[in-house]
Amino acid sequence: MSEKLEDVTQNGGNFMTLQFASRSENEAFARVAVAAFVTQLDPTMDELTDLKTVVSEAVTNCIIHGYDNDPNGIVKISAQIIEETISITIEDNGHGIEDLELAKQPLYTSKPELERSGMGFTIMENFMDEFEVISELGSGTRIRMKKRIESKKALYN
Amino acid sequence: MNLQLELEQRRQVLIVRLRGELDHHTAETVRTRMDEAIQRGRVEHLVLSLEDLTFMDSSGLGVILGRYKVIKNLGGKMVVCHVNPSVHRLFELSGLFKILAIYENERSALTELEVVS
Repeated sequence: MSEKLEDVTQNGGNFMTLQFASRSENEAFARVAVAAFVTQLDPTMDELTDLKTVVSEAVTNCIIHGYDNDPNGIVKISAQIIEETISITIEDNGHGIEDLELAKQPLYTSKPELERSGMGFTIMENFMDEFEVISELGSGTRIRMKKRIESKKALYN
Repeated sequence: MNLQLELEQRRQVLIVRLRGELDHHTAETVRTRMDEAIQRGRVEHLVLSLEDLTFMDSSGLGVILGRYKVIKNLGGKMVVCHVNPSVHRLFELSGLFKILAIYENERSALTELEVVS
């Protein structure tokens, strides 16, 4: 996951980066953009749905928790494709998470008044092969995740 | 807005059909419109029909769980029908599965509720 972007292309990989305002209408944009980028790996519909869901979860977290719904925040996404694996990093420069272990508990939410389900991290962990959260209070949160797209192999075998 | 909501009342049962994408952005509208309909009518039970729902994430789970609580507090029953495999998986992960009855279609859901009421 630590590959530098310039090394990605040298190794025959591909990458993209995106930045957008922390507005909820951009959630749909973000997941469709990542889905469009990953189509070059020929994912199945299920794999695409998984990726759209995790992007939606992470971006929603940036907006609601990172920036407290302040539209002046910036959400950044970068995605890399190396061979059959897509790596996605989604980050904000918002509040950061106070207790990461608690935040990762299924059904735990710091904002029950907003009817949050508390399932965001659980979904990301379940839908992706690798999942990691780095957060610092006062400076922001970064989610890194990876998924190997199996479909091509399955087709040719 | 890439989500449409269709409301239909049949006697004491409110049928809510969602079309499009249910995420954090669209969740607020769904919550408000459903709560308005529940307060306005003599709604006892609720059928949530998801046949044309093309995307849902955990924000959708939050709204569904919230409406479940509203209906339960009124002494009614909430059921869901036309659940596609990806929504089904989210229901399983969150345990929503255990509290919501799932039916294949609206007709079987309504039949069940009419037996209940």
